[in-house]
Amino acid sequence: MTVVDSSPSTGPAAIDAVPLRHPWRWTAAVVIVVLAALFIYGAATNPAYRWSVYAEYLFNDRIMLGVWNTLQLTVYSMVIAIVLGVLLAVMRLSPNPVFRSVSWVYLWIFRGTPIYVQLAFWGLIPTIYANIQLGVPFGPSFFHLNLQALSIPFILAMLGLALNEAAYMAEIIRAGISSVPEGQTEASTALGMSWGMTMRRTVLPQAMRVIIPPTGNEVISMLKTTSLVTAVPYAFDLYSIATREIAARTFEPVPLALVAATWYLIVTSILMVGQFYLERYYSRGASRKLTTKQLEALAKAQMIGEPHP
Amino acid sequence: MTPPMVKAEQVCKSFGALNVLKGITLEVGKGQVLVMVGPSGSGKSTFLRCINHLEQVNAGRLYVDGELIGYRDRGTKLLEMSPRDAAKQRRDIGMVFQHFNLFPHRTALDNIIEAPIHVKGVKKSEAVARGRDLLDQVGMAEKAGAYPAQLSGGQQQRVAIARALAMNPKLMLFDEPTSALDPELVGEVLGVMKKLAQEGMTMVVVTHEMGFAREVADQLVFMDGGVVVESGPPREVLSKPQHERTKAFLSKVL
Repeated sequence: MTVVDSSPSTGPAAIDAVPLRHPWRWTAAVVIVVLAALFIYGAATNPAYRWSVYAEYLFNDRIMLGVWNTLQLTVYSMVIAIVLGVLLAVMRLSPNPVFRSVSWVYLWIFRGTPIYVQLAFWGLIPTIYANIQLGVPFGPSFFHLNLQALSIPFILAMLGLALNEAAYMAEIIRAGISSVPEGQTEASTALGMSWGMTMRRTVLPQAMRVIIPPTGNEVISMLKTTSLVTAVPYAFDLYSIATREIAARTFEPVPLALVAATWYLIVTSILMVGQFYLERYYSRGASRKLTTKQLEALAKAQMIGEPHP
Repeated sequence: MTPPMVKAEQVCKSFGALNVLKGITLEVGKGQVLVMVGPSGSGKSTFLRCINHLEQVNAGRLYVDGELIGYRDRGTKLLEMSPRDAAKQRRDIGMVFQHFNLFPHRTALDNIIEAPIHVKGVKKSEAVARGRDLLDQVGMAEKAGAYPAQLSGGQQQRVAIARALAMNPKLMLFDEPTSALDPELVGEVLGVMKKLAQEGMTMVVVTHEMGFAREVADQLVFMDGGVVVESGPPREVLSKPQHERTKAFLSKVL
């Protein structure tokens, strides 16, 4: 017969085992640290890097303007791309064949041609369509706009980036929506929700978990794609200012490329932090693992339940 | 005379060339419990889904509380109902699914208050009070803040029942509510359903739980191949089945 010992104070001692050793991890780490130190030493002592020039231009006013313009281009075009991408994704999944075809053709064109060509094309819009008139076709005109008189390379660059990105965002969002099980839509419908509310309150919040990681990718990629707006031509983004404006004048391409790289890296790091928090927010309920708060509450309940000797 | 809660007249449903329902005629009185049994693919679930218009009926008529489901009757012709009006009809019909279908990104309480607040426009404080009350009724008061993934199947299904009840439905549909549960969790869900029946809720239940049918149902319907083979008081159908098909089925499940 087995006797079950139920006294709480005489439980088995906690395990205190010798941890598994990992000698090869240490070896590999040492090798990597030595190689990195060699590279840093080489870079620091190599005069070709021109570190004095790098330091001089790192916080240069023109560079800071470039950073600001690049950030603006990234944020504006991403916002437009996400909104348009949601619209295109929903159209693509809609039962309406007109919406489906429009969305398909849009994706076909904007994913099928290089972004550089598209940006160059947007730059040529004022040449192709010199005047915009709004009115009755073949009749009187109410509104007239001369595109060539306006100086709008920033807007054209932003639109060019946004319309291209929207095609990619549409596919990411469509994948996210498709990843939500059908039962979720059914349960919402059975509760009397409309299709739009079901999308907004049930499907999209769950799709976000799938949508955010690739979208973070796209934002970071967009940050760097802005360096192509020189095709419009727009000349005041970070890369254009660092290379075409300053380096071309001072003949110092290496330190200025490093300045640009440094700022791209800093902005990317900030974006990654934002992505981490967004991902954590939208993963609510995705795992059975309890949150810290829930664990504390349970531990407290257990403490109260246990008899104290 | 008040109309029955559910009235089906020759209801037919086909998916393409496949006829799933071949003329179902039945009635469920107010406050009554109808249990539907039958082999897989016999059309029980499809019929249930027709009642709240998750599936569109191809022929025949389906009424809930005297109201035609899914169409507007204009005397000589039927007009397809707009999604808006169909959604309005569904508000009064609660549904519980085999796989619970709780919203995984919302806590138990948030699952329950979601539709009352956003569909019916109930004030949040009222919805929360009612939500806690319902959680208490299904024995889940302590789990209000838990996410569905942290609950057992039986607990999830009880929350799902509370979610459906939060809309104050006049009719509850149960689509194999215990089929995805461990045997020891089945009892807790059936207990909640039994209590609900005793309180006078009209229910249509698709299930394989013959014990529940015998104890709670007012009427038992045996379906096979898209038709009602046999129906009547559960004790009679279960102990003295008239048709060979019913006998064969019951001999396997009892």
